[in-house]
Amino acid sequence: MNVQQISVFLENKAGRLSDVSAALKDDGINIRALTIAESANYGVLRMIVNNPDVAVSVLKTAGFVVKKNPVLAVEVDDREGILHDIMNLCGTAGLNIEYMYSFIEQVSGKAILFMRFEGTEAAEKVFADNGFRLLSAEEACLI
Amino acid sequence: MIWDKKHETMPRGELTGLQGQRLRAIAQKVYNRVPFYKSKFDALGVKPADIRSIADIAALPFTTKDEMRDVYPYGLLACPLSDIIEIHTSSGTTGKPVVDAYTRADIDLWGESMARTLSMGGAGKDDILQNAYGYGLFTGGLGAHYGAQRIGATCIPISGGNTKRQLDFLRDFGSTALTCTPSYSLYIAEAGREEGIDFEKLPLKRGFFGAEPWSDNMRAEIEEKLKIKAYDIFGLTEIIGPGVAAECECQNLLHIFEDCFYPEIINPDTGAVLPDGEKGELVFTTLTKEGTPVIRYRTRDITYLTREPCPCGRTSVKMHRILGRTDDMLIIRGVNVFPSQVEQVLIKAEGVEPHYQLIVDRRDNLDCLEVQVEMNETLFSDELKVIEHKEKEIEHQLKEALLVHSRVKLVEPKSIARSEGKAKRIVDKRNI
Ligand SMILES: [Zn+2]
Repeated sequence: MNVQQISVFLENKAGRLSDVSAALKDDGINIRALTIAESANYGVLRMIVNNPDVAVSVLKTAGFVVKKNPVLAVEVDDREGILHDIMNLCGTAGLNIEYMYSFIEQVSGKAILFMRFEGTEAAEKVFADNGFRLLSAEEACLI
Repeated sequence: MIWDKKHETMPRGELTGLQGQRLRAIAQKVYNRVPFYKSKFDALGVKPADIRSIADIAALPFTTKDEMRDVYPYGLLACPLSDIIEIHTSSGTTGKPVVDAYTRADIDLWGESMARTLSMGGAGKDDILQNAYGYGLFTGGLGAHYGAQRIGATCIPISGGNTKRQLDFLRDFGSTALTCTPSYSLYIAEAGREEGIDFEKLPLKRGFFGAEPWSDNMRAEIEEKLKIKAYDIFGLTEIIGPGVAAECECQNLLHIFEDCFYPEIINPDTGAVLPDGEKGELVFTTLTKEGTPVIRYRTRDITYLTREPCPCGRTSVKMHRILGRTDDMLIIRGVNVFPSQVEQVLIKAEGVEPHYQLIVDRRDNLDCLEVQVEMNETLFSDELKVIEHKEKEIEHQLKEALLVHSRVKLVEPKSIARSEGKAKRIVDKRNI
């Protein structure tokens, strides 16, 4: 049960992010969550969107280099110490987190952690075995 | 197929005899008819009668591009202007152009040497040849045209540019052979892919590419994308145009049509003739041209020669594709750098298509080389560290190949300017 994340290569120059959002908006793509990792000259924009396949083809047509990757969308209570619990769990299970980002779901008030692991399937099992709820691709599109 | 069996497979002894005889005649002719050459011969104290064999060529003076420009437009003419039926010139982007004037016999010679070229890659009367070299003063278009007509192929003189139409013609006319610059062939391949054309299904079989430097890796890419055999062809406006040398079916080094265009490799600093296998500046003498014969023209191209027998049966000397230019060659912190070396590294690095540009600048009195490389799907990752790792790896490989440090900058696709003709590989911002 994983979610497709889209990543886009962006040079660090003015207006490129808005070029991405403009391309997506025109085709009715809604960005649910977003983060940017940057180096000196370029960045990697990572997004969860309502329709990953359409978003990928729209961005490719617009000339961007795009990739789709599986990430886990872990639903957790929005409470103190929860991040520490998750880190402990991953540490004990020997899971290597490549990166993560989060956002708060407005209706339920729960936090969603988008986590990228070296081995998505192994991580999925660990979270499931420990009683965490993982959002399906469909659910992630609707949040 | 060997077009001119007599000359292309002539035993070497006989060939050097023929070359000697022709050299003596051409030396006599330019001495008598071209004041420019008479004064050059006289300055060195050499008389045409001193030329007894081809080995005596080393006694003759060199001709440089600048000298050819100085006598623009008619200073190299060795026959009455009324005998000239066609004129071409070099682009002249850096000064006055060099003029190549052809008699009827010269146009025949050109057609013959291009017929040899096209036959080497298996083209013949059944081929439909889409000639996407530019027609006009540039020698590529008409040179390929005359060769195509000589072998009896169906020539489509579409000229360069208008890529949409190139694709339509490839499909509609079922072209079997393509002639253009190698970078334009990739441009056509890219545009075709975007249009959803399956090149596997097109009748296109072979391409003859020249007029700019390329590499074996680029050949592999062209052959894979266009599903053809790609042959390297070579020539210069100063000598005749395309048709000076070409690859046979072995696709391993270019046979020089040395019965007509005699090559030497010299040390560019001293002018001394170098033995086979040693890299240096390529020099050509036209042995049979009537209109504007040229003695020991310094091409400023760097390569080497070999006379090892070729499995195809041709006996002519072979040259490696041009390794670089003495004048385009970048000197970075005292080290010679050629764009072709960078290209080799980039294509070997996983998945990087050869869309790159070298930017040279000088900071704090030190030369800096930046290699801009367009990002592609194979190189891209959602993880920054993976991209950074590949970037460092390319930098490392470049250091190994160039012996100078460079900084790799990954840029977005299509952000490096492409032209439909020659690709601009170097931006030199140093003001020296
Ligand atoms: Zn051969």
